[in-house]
Amino acid sequence: MKRALSAFFAGAMFAVGLILSGMTKPGKVIGFLDLAGRWDPSLALVMGGAVLVYAVLSRLFLRRPTPLFELEFHLPSRRDIDRRLVIGAAIFGVGWGLGGYCPGPGLASLMAGRLPVVFVAAMILGMLAERWVGTQVRT
Amino acid sequence: MENFTPLSSLLGGALIGLAASILLLCNGRVAGISGILGGALHPVPGDTLWRLMFLLGLAGAGAVGALLRPEAFIADPKRPILIIALAGFLVGYGTRLGNGCTSGHGVCGVSRLSPRSLFATATFIVTGALTVFVIKHVFGGAP
Repeated sequence: MKRALSAFFAGAMFAVGLILSGMTKPGKVIGFLDLAGRWDPSLALVMGGAVLVYAVLSRLFLRRPTPLFELEFHLPSRRDIDRRLVIGAAIFGVGWGLGGYCPGPGLASLMAGRLPVVFVAAMILGMLAERWVGTQVRT
Repeated sequence: MENFTPLSSLLGGALIGLAASILLLCNGRVAGISGILGGALHPVPGDTLWRLMFLLGLAGAGAVGALLRPEAFIADPKRPILIIALAGFLVGYGTRLGNGCTSGHGVCGVSRLSPRSLFATATFIVTGALTVFVIKHVFGGAP
């Protein structure tokens, strides 16, 4: 129960941060990516602010032997840069530039209009497609 | 630079970092939205409820925000619906293939100075900027 509530609270706070920072406006994101045009550096400050807070707090919290409501921390441990990572990030960037939405703002904008609904539905389809292609390649 | 909003963007970013820190402290999880959603699509017992609750909080608070401050969600420039669908598909496919998005790689991974995340973040910013450049300056579409 505590685990569910803390996750809900974190998700809600994440959304408030996205809204306040302007990430739920695709034009703001595209403005950041438009280096050759009227560049809007706001997004660099969104990332900067988030990284600063998380870098300090996560180091503090990771000194604990365990999280509050779970048995252990689940952290990514890989450090190798492989083809999947590079190609995946490159494909994500193209989609990000095309629509101006990344996954968080897309989900937070679901009730704000038709476009985010289409975006999220297509995003889920893309996730399922990646999984399907992965199983085809491996077998 | 006329659209620059340094204060609200910095504050909003700090709130995103705080939310990610709370998820780490309480649930021991990395706040990567694409990873949380991707995992929820293939439910594993004991590893699904927290994902659904996080997503519900994200979408729920977003819905409240859309009611209170609709101007914060203005979709401008308006892209054709097919372009948005293509964008969504590429974002979904790419984030799963590359194990992360702006939050997982861009915030949490960069904070940990993970080489994978630093490289991924540089990559998606470059391809995103190239995409906007091609749309705006080559095809002459809306900025």
